[in-house]
Amino acid sequence: MSLLQNNFPTFLQGFGYTLLSSIIALIISMILGTFFAILQILPQKWAQKIGNVYVQVFRNIPLLIITFFFFLVVAKVIPMNGFAAGTIALSLYTSAFIAETVRAGILSVDNGQMEGARANGLSFGQSMRYIILPQAFKIALPSLGNQFINLVKNSSILAFVGGLDLMYQGNMVAATTFDTFTTYIVVAIFYLVITLPLSYYMQNLERRLKHAA
Amino acid sequence: MVTLGIFDAFTPQNVQYLLGGLGVTVGVSVISVILSFIAGSIIGIVQFERIPYFSTFVGTINNIIRNLPLLLIIFFVYFALPKLGIHLPIFWATVVAMSTFESSMLAEIVRGGLESIDKGQFEGARANGLTNIQTMVYIVLPQAYKKMIPPIISQLISLVKDTSLAMGIVLSEMTYRGQIVYAQNSTYIIPVLIAITLVYFLLNYGLSLIAKWFDRRLA
Repeated sequence: MSLLQNNFPTFLQGFGYTLLSSIIALIISMILGTFFAILQILPQKWAQKIGNVYVQVFRNIPLLIITFFFFLVVAKVIPMNGFAAGTIALSLYTSAFIAETVRAGILSVDNGQMEGARANGLSFGQSMRYIILPQAFKIALPSLGNQFINLVKNSSILAFVGGLDLMYQGNMVAATTFDTFTTYIVVAIFYLVITLPLSYYMQNLERRLKHAA
Repeated sequence: MVTLGIFDAFTPQNVQYLLGGLGVTVGVSVISVILSFIAGSIIGIVQFERIPYFSTFVGTINNIIRNLPLLLIIFFVYFALPKLGIHLPIFWATVVAMSTFESSMLAEIVRGGLESIDKGQFEGARANGLTNIQTMVYIVLPQAYKKMIPPIISQLISLVKDTSLAMGIVLSEMTYRGQIVYAQNSTYIIPVLIAITLVYFLLNYGLSLIAKWFDRRLA
């Protein structure tokens, strides 16, 4: 317990950076993910190709490699610290998964919705924005929630590039106190504070939606 | 020679070294997927059977593990378990950490698969005189596993990607060896990162095509 007391500000700072990185990455990856989901369902073949290649590439390579790429290569051209490099990598990586989720959501919205909207004089963009996407997001909500949980867990990657997040601070405390056991348990509890309630909420939501259907 | 810079990094020794790392990556992934398939099936069945108290207990532990970062579990197994007198070499510490994490993921898939099986299958099998265990083994599990093949392959893809995290405890897998190679010369960074990315991509893309093929055949 004294370990927690003595290092509480450090843990709290790490917790803050983890949360900050996760929220920034969530916003960016939602925007990118939605963009690439729409590219994949456009009638133009080239747009589908671009969307598809983007998703396949980022889904199939390790997040760590993307992080190193930004930290070691891109940072030489555009100066950035580990936190920024990690958060950008996290955003790109997660956006591929969100694109898949949103695409599935859009495809599960009935075709008649689009036809009806177009017949009422809305443009493709307007129909997408006001009619299709709100319904698609509602359907995709449980899996989007799970993606956010993954995002929070994956943000531990920041520890590799000195991102000051919870995992990084945990390693620092473990290295100075030598009490690895207690330190990692404390770190685990901090992560669970974010992920566990979300996970139970999402399970409930999924069950409710299943019953509603 | 200066113009050929991109390929300078790939001397025979370096290539051999990196391929050895790929071997470690594949080895950890294959052993972990087998172990977590077995453990995940057992945990999934326990959760599905709703044994009073026991299933809730197992389910809670499973949820806790599922909601922790894998990196934390790897550090815990390698750095914290020795405090309890459990010392594992790096390779096996990685396997244990990854199997623990992945079996909690697979347990969810198994439970979901079992829940998707029609109740009539259980009732029919029981009415035909099969015991509970026989019903599970001969009737329900074969149908459930068939549906689970695509999500299990997705988990295998995650495993292959996630082995890169084990460089945090200095497991000599491909990403770590890549770092060793480009530490020789900073001009090696880009070519080596690209080469490693390509290997991961081809491996995982191949796996995802297999998953897709199963998906189409089962649909």
